[in-house]
Amino acid sequence: MLLIHCPWCGIERPEIEFRCGGEAHIDRPGQPGDLDDRQWADFLYMRSNPKGLLAERWRHVHGCGRFFNAVRHTVSDSFVCVYKTGEPCPDLEALAREGAQ
Amino acid sequence: MTRFSFWELARKAVNAHQDWGHQWRKPDPKPEYDVIIIGAGGHGLATAYYLAKEHGVTNVAVLEKGWLGGGNTGRNTTIVRSNYLWEESEGLYDQAMDLWQDLSQELNYNIMYSARGVMMLAHTVHDVQVFKRHVHANRLAGVQNEWLTPEEAKAYCPPLNIGKNIRYPVMGAALQRKAGVARHDAVAWGYARGADQYGVDIIQNCAVTGIRRAADGSVSGVETSRGFIGAKKVGVVAAGHTSVVMDMAGVRMPLESNPLQALVSEPVKPCFPCVVMSNTVHAYLSQSDKGELVIGAGTDQYVSYSQTGGLQITTHTVDAICELFPMFRRMRMLRNWGGIVDVTPDRSPIIGKTPVPGLFVNCGWGTGGFKATPGSGHVFAHTIARDEPHRINAPFTLDRFRTGRLIDEAAAAAVAH
Repeated sequence: MLLIHCPWCGIERPEIEFRCGGEAHIDRPGQPGDLDDRQWADFLYMRSNPKGLLAERWRHVHGCGRFFNAVRHTVSDSFVCVYKTGEPCPDLEALAREGAQ
Repeated sequence: MTRFSFWELARKAVNAHQDWGHQWRKPDPKPEYDVIIIGAGGHGLATAYYLAKEHGVTNVAVLEKGWLGGGNTGRNTTIVRSNYLWEESEGLYDQAMDLWQDLSQELNYNIMYSARGVMMLAHTVHDVQVFKRHVHANRLAGVQNEWLTPEEAKAYCPPLNIGKNIRYPVMGAALQRKAGVARHDAVAWGYARGADQYGVDIIQNCAVTGIRRAADGSVSGVETSRGFIGAKKVGVVAAGHTSVVMDMAGVRMPLESNPLQALVSEPVKPCFPCVVMSNTVHAYLSQSDKGELVIGAGTDQYVSYSQTGGLQITTHTVDAICELFPMFRRMRMLRNWGGIVDVTPDRSPIIGKTPVPGLFVNCGWGTGGFKATPGSGHVFAHTIARDEPHRINAPFTLDRFRTGRLIDEAAAAAVAH
């Protein structure tokens, strides 16, 4: 089971308190009417699904109930960092280089 | 290649079975093939086998990063069934079911197919309605599936607890009698041996690191850990790693890879006659010929390639099994593991062409690909050889996520997603 740090509560809690919300930073289209079918498919269904660092959403459902984002490595499942919703996505390539060193 | 028979068995016995020989070659890659299949699991090997046998395409290489059948083929719970809801799925899975019936004879390799019946338990009014809908839909499509009362379910599987005093009492069951189990490793080995006999090169320990494309955008070959190998047609059958391989060709996929766990108990004498699945309390199990209970647990909620998963997932499954089958309460579990399953938004596979000419993909089987191995290979081989999909896999395109013609099988899967 993962141990996850909630940036709102400021504490580390077991995974069963959280729900994973999938890949983060997939913005809802600003002008939905302008999108064609392929762009809708990209927004709704296409995912990067990387073998490496992934920015994803989590929700502390059995705690504060709030969403936050986390960067996790999808092979080791270890968390690199967590940050609040609305903050920009960290530079994943830079984090990967740091991790490699 | 030795053909297995009673006569051959007797002849080899004279020499204490010392000279059976290898069942497939270990060839070095040639500079170029007509078709390259990426991934030597059951689906990839079946594709190569049917390419050679049905379509005469024998200049084929199957590239495998690890060893053949070492991914999800060797990690699943070996269940074979075809009681899916929608017509598209019924066509796909029932064709596979037909192929399973005499696959041992076809491959001259004992895949230990055992039609012991798969029983899916209903625990709520909603379950009863959904399963009865499945039974009716299947009957109209000519797919075997029948409804059982709790007492009939108990008669079919005596260890089942149909008492009213458990958390989710059994309210009935849907039974597919010709469904069952098959030896997963033997399926990969049988197809590998069959494909090798037709001249297909199975190249293990050869990881694909890139997909090279010609000036017109079509595929010209693959970069591998053993150098460049040319091919005008490449079929990706990489299960949980499909997104990673397709990314090499610049194609984004509607897939997420999750660990799916399974576990086995210590071996005991034969005591469990069929396969039982329960979506609601989330347990499914059967007994292997070795005597171990083979138990399927759930998927983890997050994307991962770790081939392991959270212990709370297996605990949840074992809880449910202890309640449904009280006689297993003191049983010890021997080991558990995870396989990485590639899940599509509509829980149906993607089998067909891609936006890249010459690149084909067979993926998205999610938590239930093993049962479709022969049918999947059959239609994918057709798609690659003819450059157009077979009637059966025509609806299972990548493009359906753009057109909206989804095949929503989420409710039919054995595993709650």
